[in-house]
Amino acid sequence: MTTDISPAAPSPAPPPTAEAKPGRQQTLIQEILSGSWLVTVLAIVLALLVGGVLIAFANAEVIAAARNFFSAPGAFFSTVFSTVGDAYSALFRGAIFDWNARTPERAIRPLTESLVNGTPLILTGLGIALAFRSGLFNIGGQGQVILGATVAGFLGYALSLPPIVHMLIAAVGGIIGGAIWAGIAGVLKARTGANEVIVTIMLNSIAGYLLGYLLKQSWFTHTQSANPQSRTIDESAQMFLLLPLPFRLNFGFILAILATIFVWWLLERSTIGFEFKAVGANPHAARTAGISVAKVTVLVMVIAGGLAGLAGATQVLGTEDKLTGGIAGSIGFDAITVALLGRSKPLGTFFAGLLFGAFKAGGYLMQSQTGTPIDIVLVVQSVIVLLIAAPPLVRTIFHLPAPVLKRKES
Amino acid sequence: MSAQTLDTPTGAPTKVVAPIAWKYPIVYSVLALIALIFFGLIGRAGDTTFRIATGGDFFAIPDLVVSAKATGLVLSLILVVMAAVSIWFATRRDDLGSWFPVTFGIVFVLSFLAWAGGGSGGVIPLTTLLAGALALSVPLIFGAMCGLIGERSGIINIAIEGQLLAGAFLAAVVASVVKNPYAGLLAAPIAGALVAVVLTFFAVKYWVNQIIIGVVLNVLVVGLTNFLYSTVLTENPELWNSRQKLPNLPIPLLSDIPILGRVLFDQNILVYIMYVVVIALQIFVFRSKWGLRMRAVGEHPKAADTVGIKVNFTRVRNTIMAGAIAGLGGAFFTVGSGLAFGKEMSAGQGYIALAAMILGKWNPKGALFAALLFGFSKSLGNTLQSIGTPVPNELLLMLPYIVTILAVAGFVGRVRPPAAEGVPYVKS
Amino acid sequence: MKLELRGLTKVFGSFVANDHIDLTVEPGEIHALLGENGAGKSTMMNVLYGLYDPDGGEILIDDKPVSFAGPGDAVAAGIGMVHQHFMLVPVFTVAESVALGYEPTKGLGLIDVAEARRKVTEISARFGFNIDPDALIEDLPVGAQQRVEIIKALSRDAEILILDEPTAVLTPQETDELISIMRQLKEQGTSIVFITHKLREVRAIADSITVIRRGKIVGEASPDSTEAELASQMVGRNVSLTTDKSPADPGEATFQVRGLTVVDRAENVVVDDVSFDVRRGEILAIAGVQGNGQTELAETIIGLSEPRLGTITLDGKNLVGTSVKDRLGDGIGFVPEDRSTDGIIAEFSIRENMILDVYDRPPYAKGPNLRSSVITAEAEKKVEEFDIRLGSIADPISTLSGGNQQKVVLSRELGRELRLFIASQPTRGLDVGSIEFVHKRVIAERDTGTPCIIVSTELDEVYGLADRIAVMYSGRIVGIVGPETSREALGLMMAGVPAEEALASAGTAPEAGAPSDAGTATGATPDSATTSAEESE
Repeated sequence: MTTDISPAAPSPAPPPTAEAKPGRQQTLIQEILSGSWLVTVLAIVLALLVGGVLIAFANAEVIAAARNFFSAPGAFFSTVFSTVGDAYSALFRGAIFDWNARTPERAIRPLTESLVNGTPLILTGLGIALAFRSGLFNIGGQGQVILGATVAGFLGYALSLPPIVHMLIAAVGGIIGGAIWAGIAGVLKARTGANEVIVTIMLNSIAGYLLGYLLKQSWFTHTQSANPQSRTIDESAQMFLLLPLPFRLNFGFILAILATIFVWWLLERSTIGFEFKAVGANPHAARTAGISVAKVTVLVMVIAGGLAGLAGATQVLGTEDKLTGGIAGSIGFDAITVALLGRSKPLGTFFAGLLFGAFKAGGYLMQSQTGTPIDIVLVVQSVIVLLIAAPPLVRTIFHLPAPVLKRKES
Repeated sequence: MSAQTLDTPTGAPTKVVAPIAWKYPIVYSVLALIALIFFGLIGRAGDTTFRIATGGDFFAIPDLVVSAKATGLVLSLILVVMAAVSIWFATRRDDLGSWFPVTFGIVFVLSFLAWAGGGSGGVIPLTTLLAGALALSVPLIFGAMCGLIGERSGIINIAIEGQLLAGAFLAAVVASVVKNPYAGLLAAPIAGALVAVVLTFFAVKYWVNQIIIGVVLNVLVVGLTNFLYSTVLTENPELWNSRQKLPNLPIPLLSDIPILGRVLFDQNILVYIMYVVVIALQIFVFRSKWGLRMRAVGEHPKAADTVGIKVNFTRVRNTIMAGAIAGLGGAFFTVGSGLAFGKEMSAGQGYIALAAMILGKWNPKGALFAALLFGFSKSLGNTLQSIGTPVPNELLLMLPYIVTILAVAGFVGRVRPPAAEGVPYVKS
Repeated sequence: MKLELRGLTKVFGSFVANDHIDLTVEPGEIHALLGENGAGKSTMMNVLYGLYDPDGGEILIDDKPVSFAGPGDAVAAGIGMVHQHFMLVPVFTVAESVALGYEPTKGLGLIDVAEARRKVTEISARFGFNIDPDALIEDLPVGAQQRVEIIKALSRDAEILILDEPTAVLTPQETDELISIMRQLKEQGTSIVFITHKLREVRAIADSITVIRRGKIVGEASPDSTEAELASQMVGRNVSLTTDKSPADPGEATFQVRGLTVVDRAENVVVDDVSFDVRRGEILAIAGVQGNGQTELAETIIGLSEPRLGTITLDGKNLVGTSVKDRLGDGIGFVPEDRSTDGIIAEFSIRENMILDVYDRPPYAKGPNLRSSVITAEAEKKVEEFDIRLGSIADPISTLSGGNQQKVVLSRELGRELRLFIASQPTRGLDVGSIEFVHKRVIAERDTGTPCIIVSTELDEVYGLADRIAVMYSGRIVGIVGPETSREALGLMMAGVPAEEALASAGTAPEAGAPSDAGTATGATPDSATTSAEESE
């Protein structure tokens, strides 16, 4: 596992046949048909179909109807459609707009919940995307989020500072926490060639145990509570709400937007980003061009970790109000799928984060109202990403024309 | 600047004397010093009891009660002597062999245990500790063997975690429905192999990056098993998820050996299968036609192709077979331990299995010992937690991960993966 | 065994790599297949070895048509091949390497190691190879690895052995050993197809010679032909490579290398106590057989590797210890040897490739910001100036031909004020037009007063550009001589003979029939042909 995977392995959105780069001679219609966005949409549709089949399969009424399939096939299909329909409509109402809600606030709250859930996914996803573009596999989002949340949370109740300032300092602490954690992997990769995939996976687990340990120490938690959790974050350190209660949308989302713009500028408009992309695409040529691959490796990991750390900070200072063992949820791993769905581009990652945030928000309502477990969202997400990674597969399924390109002779 | 001629080119390059390898002596010295100061000189008052008997033993071995401080002192002094020996060997540029670190490790752990058991008058249940270590290692070993076959064939398999989980799930469900744990044992490999089928389908046919597919497959399996658990399994646990346990099959005579006999040879069939798998792999990876060809496609696929070996077919077949092995390992979580299936019950063990494979340098034997080491450190954590010691449990749980990081960073000797792993083979 | 190819054709896309090849190899002869890089030799042999499917024509063995679905079939038919890049697994032992694919087993699929070992020892002893069957491949020197490849082929009872550019990676001594091995094989009745572009070796060993050019057989040649005759047949006539070049007007020696010693990772000395000067307004060509330290020398000058000893001084400043970036900033322009790996980033646009090593300098950058409009404007200017044929500067550079890619690299490296220009193999794999263009630009740069270093293994290029020639052998500079030195003398120096001795035994006048003067020599390699060569490895 310690091979230098970056040059040899195809970049995150392979295969190497230049799928994503349409040739010049294509007509507009071909471009639309073979373009990657269509594949994305179709992948989402397919994944929802797969999810639908699972929902139907696991439903007792559907199973009962299936037993009578030959006597009443119509009843079977209507049961299937109503079951899946109910689940997905609940998913939609939980994610975007709840037309069954009693008050207008309640009706639009789901959309803001999607944004709340999307915020840490976007931030962490940006970090992972940035690393992907630079040829690094940062599987360590989880650990970086944990460290970010740990430092930010601790500063959030251990210091006493005026509002806003306190929040900003705690958030910066989160960034530093995540940056250091990812920086370990970066430095080891740069200095010893240690494969960052393995190191970041290991650091994820270490971070989890570290947090578990700290939450048992009263000097850290500032409580005498037997529960492994910290004191409540000071009011002054909490990320202020953008909308009045019951909305939970907070300043963290603004940070996510700012971070997206920052990463876009970094990758598309800055000299540093030019170095990052050059190292990611061809480290040999980058080195020959005077770019320090080691420096870039460390810097990329530090920035990526900082973004994930910030995600942890928004989680503990914005969405939650105290540090717990489960503060990071599965953000780090979900963010990998977010970055992949976003094709490692800043704006794509932003929207992918919103989509998966919406899935999450909707999943809760779906679970409470129709009894469909939220875990189906994981299935849908992973199927989407698998399909996105193999555009030719999606094309084959839908009999789409392959993009016309100057194929290298084979 | 006229034509300059130089004397005849030098012959063989000058032989440089290898620098003294100070790394290990330093590590030994630091550890010995830690032991001497904390376990010996500072130490803890009171006695430590090493309990060996587990009841029902053929020989009844009495508990061994020793003074914590005195034992710590004696053992740590042995460590100091060993550290000195390692320094002496290093200056002579001699190799100490593999018994040395093993002995050093055992003595260090014993001195630590003597210290940890002191004070509270704790009882260290040695046999239970080792049995726990083996039990915790079983899925790791199966997982590491799976990863090893995959990577030796050139396919990086991050999806071991998912394969373990899928194996645990299907084993539990099938065993429960058939009401026979052995049925679960037959089903588990199928689950693991299915995950491998998806992995190789995307990796070999569509050249998708193997790390990506692995990570995503893990999420997919978690999602699927969680979903089915929350729906089908919880709706009718009697039918779908009732506990089935593989019975222990003590091997006559061998299982009567004190300590190790009980630990190794009073086990269920899954553990015996594990022994067979490890031994078979150790032989076949390096000495068989299958192993030679597997290593060839993992190291230099084009070379294999030029001698008529079907590279992609070999990779796919081996990886699927490896998936079946990981699936078996997953069965240990459910039918192997007599537990019903629980959400995400593989709990990251697949990643530790990956770590064990790397630490074992892609060798079955090495991976076995690495997995045992990880299992032991976890078992030790559990034991210490139950007897209440000042060492935080989390620190011991972190240990495998820290050791792995040190390993890949090159602190534990040279680690070299198969050269062509992760690179899709595309015929020109 | 007699081998015959009739009308063999292999097409890659629109490019015809092999065009109706007819070839007959008589039993027990050494048949040389002579052609330039990219002429289609390797493609032809890969078809013969079953690695590629032919698009037309047939293969006959002992007058019977055969068809190969894969290398396995070819091996079964008695064909063995030693690839240019060895097909050996570095971590295998010799016995394992030889056994792979044809493993002797003894039940349960376990390999009969004794038998595998015996086979190696037996063949090794028969030819005096002196190969230890238990040695690891990666521990063997290149020449020994090649012998393992030959053992591999012979262990499968090959009656025809194809050697693809076997001397490209060998030292002269190893080459001599290989030649004697080939003679031995021939005596034992093995036919050998010897693919090469090196004239000396062909004349030394071949029984018959077939010359291939641009995918076609252009004729047979006798081993008694002179090198000049072979060369003109190989490259075709009437292509002039002589570049109009005024005599140099050298100024002061602003670039100096003193006692430079470079050691590779395995602690082998690759550049050995090298000293030379380059003056303003002159081109110093560094000639030599590939692998004699030239690449490492160039990489050390730009800072990609650090010397163990010695100094590199540019305008009075010692460069040792400074970074590549610093040296680029000091005004060094560098064209790397391996364009596709080190010179360009295939996925990047042409525009981005044009600023690959100047992206952070004005006018392209302002603080941390890239100035997109300036970058575009400059790129368009260079496209014009260097006559780069492209669709849009926003296209990935991988859409360009090799020649145009190299022009992008040159436009980048020559597009700024330079204090030193170094180019390694600047025209490798380029078509004639591009070669001419590159040479003109290099001379133009010289004429502005920049000291230039050109590393080249092609003597034609060396003669076309050099004001002085330094010959490297085994990491050392054997001598620095003038451009009037004869080919023969240079050839001797490239084999390690000290300059005085070489000049004395060859006479100082340029060889009258040398291809550069006869107006024949060229790297007349069609661009597409290069692609095929890369493809066919």
